[in-house]
Amino acid sequence: MGDVTVNVNNESKKKRSQLHDVWRRFRKSPIAMTGLCVVVFMVLVALFADVIAPSDGRNPGYDIHNLGNRFQAPNAEHIMGTDEFGRDIFARVVHGSRVSLLVGFIVVTFSMTLGVIVGAIAGFFGKVAENILMRFIDVLLSIPPILLAISIAAAMRPGMMSIVLAVGIGALPLYARVMRASVLTVKEQEFIEAAYSIGASKFRIIRKHVLPNCIAPIIVQATMGLAYAILWAAALSFLGIGIQPPTPEWGAMLSEGRMYIRDHWHMVMFPGMAIAIMIFALNMMGDGLRDAFDPRLKK
Amino acid sequence: MSDILLKIEDLTVHYITDDGTVHAVNDLNLSLNKGETLGLVGETGAGKTTTALSIMGLVPNPPGKVINGEVEFEGEKLFEKSEAELRQVRGNKISMIFQDPMTSLNPIMTVRDQIAEVVLLHENLTAKEAKEKADEMLLKVGIRADRAKEFPHQFSGGMRQRVVIAIALACNPVLLIADEPTTALDVTIQAQVLELMKELKKEFNTAMVMITHDLGIVAEICDNVAIMYAGSVVEQAGKEELFTNPKHPYTIGLFNSIPDIDSDDSVLKPIKGLMPDPTNLPTGCPFHPRCDLAMPQCSEILPKRTEISENHYVKCLLFDGGG
Repeated sequence: MGDVTVNVNNESKKKRSQLHDVWRRFRKSPIAMTGLCVVVFMVLVALFADVIAPSDGRNPGYDIHNLGNRFQAPNAEHIMGTDEFGRDIFARVVHGSRVSLLVGFIVVTFSMTLGVIVGAIAGFFGKVAENILMRFIDVLLSIPPILLAISIAAAMRPGMMSIVLAVGIGALPLYARVMRASVLTVKEQEFIEAAYSIGASKFRIIRKHVLPNCIAPIIVQATMGLAYAILWAAALSFLGIGIQPPTPEWGAMLSEGRMYIRDHWHMVMFPGMAIAIMIFALNMMGDGLRDAFDPRLKK
Repeated sequence: MSDILLKIEDLTVHYITDDGTVHAVNDLNLSLNKGETLGLVGETGAGKTTTALSIMGLVPNPPGKVINGEVEFEGEKLFEKSEAELRQVRGNKISMIFQDPMTSLNPIMTVRDQIAEVVLLHENLTAKEAKEKADEMLLKVGIRADRAKEFPHQFSGGMRQRVVIAIALACNPVLLIADEPTTALDVTIQAQVLELMKELKKEFNTAMVMITHDLGIVAEICDNVAIMYAGSVVEQAGKEELFTNPKHPYTIGLFNSIPDIDSDDSVLKPIKGLMPDPTNLPTGCPFHPRCDLAMPQCSEILPKRTEISENHYVKCLLFDGGG
């Protein structure tokens, strides 16, 4: 038999949604794709933390104290060394990605949901509703996040909840403002008037016509917001008002290592790098998404 | 008369802004019979679109405000209906085609879903049945069914306007308001879209208000014509009557502004001057500063609507009291 010719039917047009176009443009940017790969890698690490760095007594676990083994510099057995209790720093960084990503996702979900609702109502209805909601947002913006976090942590027990509330409330105004701005643009467009003219109710118009058309800037904001949330969560844990030891959290690990930084650099080096790489990757991805969503760059 | 579908009486709509009150529509009177096509002709800013939006009850408020007047549709006064009752009318009994098909479709919904939406809103069908109805409508406006799942940006301007027409006619409305439906299209496509509208109008027996500034379109598809100037109808007549026997100086001016292929005039006779500023309309007849036949009293008295022959109304002092 000779070669089999594969007849590709070029005439059948592929369905092309807006998201498909966005993905096509996103793929073309090497920086954005690098960011995406790193983020995906981090998420996989977090998901399979127990497989990558198991803690079963035989292996050097992230939570097993081994005082005879403390302050080891990176070596073959502990590639990132050990900390002051002899715990394996590699295992702790791996497990720390779980905490960081989880906090990040919860914070983003929390602030995005509230922010989108507030921004959509303010932008769509305007007038009194807008004034009340946006002034409230302005008040939130006027409180320094650290101060807010300290008061929330003081009022309740420091931990996941206090971080989510503190960072989430701090990030809420960003989403509300982005959402309000894009609702204001979208609601003036003719297809919204057309939707009124076919008898759709206001609620339906918001849900089916306004919100889906405002989603692009929110997705970009959420990607950047994830970086913001992870960074702030680490900062609060570093200050001791966030995730508490012995839970492996990158910020908290930095805080512990701070005391030994002169003699044992590896204790701050690796969690610090984990934070930096994660934030960097998310920002690269966010930039790429923003460009991909920008129709003016359409080719 | 029982076959009157739409009756607008003394409609006055103002836009109240910080820079003054815009007198968009002033004492406008119109009527339309079932199945009939009325051409609403006027320059940009004459209040054509505001009139259309008033019929739909969609004048943006604020700044728009209906000061006075009634819109009677199928014998019911639209301004007395509640918002929920109006929603039952919109898209179902009265539907509207917008000027620019590039912006009047939702960019992130497939065309099938957009047609199905209006069907779902007004007819008691399941989602699946609505989609079938949508495909059926697409076929009617000449779009292949396999393109139903595509998005508006994959269609050309003329195709999009076909989709818009499909949406407007999906619930078999009694009245279709077309707001310059072909202005944004190429001339060749214009003819196709007009032809399509004419056919579908006949098929569905829909009355139509065709808003345009193109007298050629009026000649093509309208039965009656209303000429608008500065927010009111200055002349209304049957198409034949208006084209052969225009009375109002503004209407005559409009016809003089069209090049005539038979006569070899090298210079057109445009109407001198510009549309008056709608925040500051002249006293008396709003057209008198531009009118060649203006009399002294034209700047003082606002002419009334006069019927000079059957179904031929003029708003001009030259004919006031004459009919």
